[in-house]
Amino acid sequence: MDERFDAIVVGSGPAGTTAALCMAREGLKVIVLERGEYPGSKNLFGGVMYTAILGKLVPKFWNEAPVERYVAKRRFNLLSETSSVSFEFSTKDFSDPPHNNSFIALRARFDRWYAQKAAEAGALLVPETDVIDVIRKDGKVVGVRTQRSEGDIYADVVIAADGANSLVAKKAGLRSDFSSDRFTTGIKEIIELPKEVISQRFGLEGNEGAAVTFGGYPSGILCGGFIYTNKDSLSVGVTTYLHSLVENKMQVSDLLETFKKHPMVKPLIEGGRAREYGAHLIPEAAYKGKMCDDGILVIGDAASLLNPSPIFLEGTNLAMASGMYAAQTIKAAKEKGDFSRRSLDLYPQLLEKSFVMQDVTKYGKIPEFVTKNPQFLTDYPDLLCQSAKELFTLDERPKAEKKALVRKIMTQNSSSLKVARDLYKAYRNLL
Amino acid sequence: MNIEDKLLLIRFNSDQSAHIKLNKDLCVDCEERGCLYVCPVNAYQIEGNEMTFDWSACLECGACRIVCSRGALNWEYPRGGFGVCFRYG
Repeated sequence: MDERFDAIVVGSGPAGTTAALCMAREGLKVIVLERGEYPGSKNLFGGVMYTAILGKLVPKFWNEAPVERYVAKRRFNLLSETSSVSFEFSTKDFSDPPHNNSFIALRARFDRWYAQKAAEAGALLVPETDVIDVIRKDGKVVGVRTQRSEGDIYADVVIAADGANSLVAKKAGLRSDFSSDRFTTGIKEIIELPKEVISQRFGLEGNEGAAVTFGGYPSGILCGGFIYTNKDSLSVGVTTYLHSLVENKMQVSDLLETFKKHPMVKPLIEGGRAREYGAHLIPEAAYKGKMCDDGILVIGDAASLLNPSPIFLEGTNLAMASGMYAAQTIKAAKEKGDFSRRSLDLYPQLLEKSFVMQDVTKYGKIPEFVTKNPQFLTDYPDLLCQSAKELFTLDERPKAEKKALVRKIMTQNSSSLKVARDLYKAYRNLL
Repeated sequence: MNIEDKLLLIRFNSDQSAHIKLNKDLCVDCEERGCLYVCPVNAYQIEGNEMTFDWSACLECGACRIVCSRGALNWEYPRGGFGVCFRYG
């Protein structure tokens, strides 16, 4: 390709599309390379699309974007083999747009729509194009090599927005932190059910949706389960640490099947028809690589910009924020005519000042924390269920005796002091 | 639901050649064999003492790339337009 661009964006997920959209609106000449048949065709999440930034870029997007339901209910379940202890937050306070900027979505549909917005703004969107390497000149990144014939493309700057596996960031020498203790894998099924059945089962009205997460089952594995309500299907899946699967010699697809059979999960998905099965990596640990170098920036999952706290589970908003800051940085760099690392260093500075790096810094150690403290997933859910069962088992014993029993159950593997310390640790690290 | 049935739900546009190249010799004395557990479609199988890999059912998640401790995988994405194509995602 003889044409030259201001910027090449590799990947058209939420991060890449946001960067392309913002740059195109500033009048920059942008090309977006997507390896899939269409944007979103390689993408998958739980999940919830967090849209605070999208709402600023595409006002009233909810009228046109293919979102499923907004999140009106969050339920956290801690499971034993036969019981569940839950915490739920439900509200009618988000029933008006923008619905707390939290929409359950399906990525193959959403990302396709969103990428079109960047194209409408003037970005050249080229699907079915895989980037196989970056092109360097005098040490600087000056373009990318694609598999197409005459497939070298040149630009002032390359944005690696190619997701959790980011081969672009790796090949450009910006990151090498791909180890199994830093990633979880998520696998999920789309299970079709009539809209009314979903609303009834989850206690929802209209376009209300539920984000339901599970911990503690199957026991012994560092994993979590989820169900998100789409309009007329459920996204049902598990996420788990790769090292935990290997250590327990547990096949990840068996993990999902076991989860689906739990007595508290089974009735929620009963009678549904599976429509799709998929998997994706989740870069949970804080990024150890470089955010930018001469002529290149890394954004979104490619830079592990994620909040893996089991309470929050955010990614799409961090992705869009990073895309926006990357675009601001490139605009400033273009005005100066300087795309060196020093000039592009504005990008990590903007991230640091925002919620993005503040949350990543706070929660990016969770993989290490959970691995060092497996009791939160392997012991406590079961102990809580046992305690609740003891408390609510009706017999002729006085309640004071029950309270003592609960204390005994909770401290059976340790001491009161250890439990109190664990509680504090969970509060500090996970919330 | 078994993997064979799940695979029928997924749209693939399979390429002629493998995008992930496996150096089987390195798998022979690998004790961990993490690939057997993390692959969502059981694409890695042991036949006798030989590791086999069916790339045509690959979901391109990258889990095998991350867990392989032997460096036995030359892991790339399929050519543009090929491989898995999610309709829901």
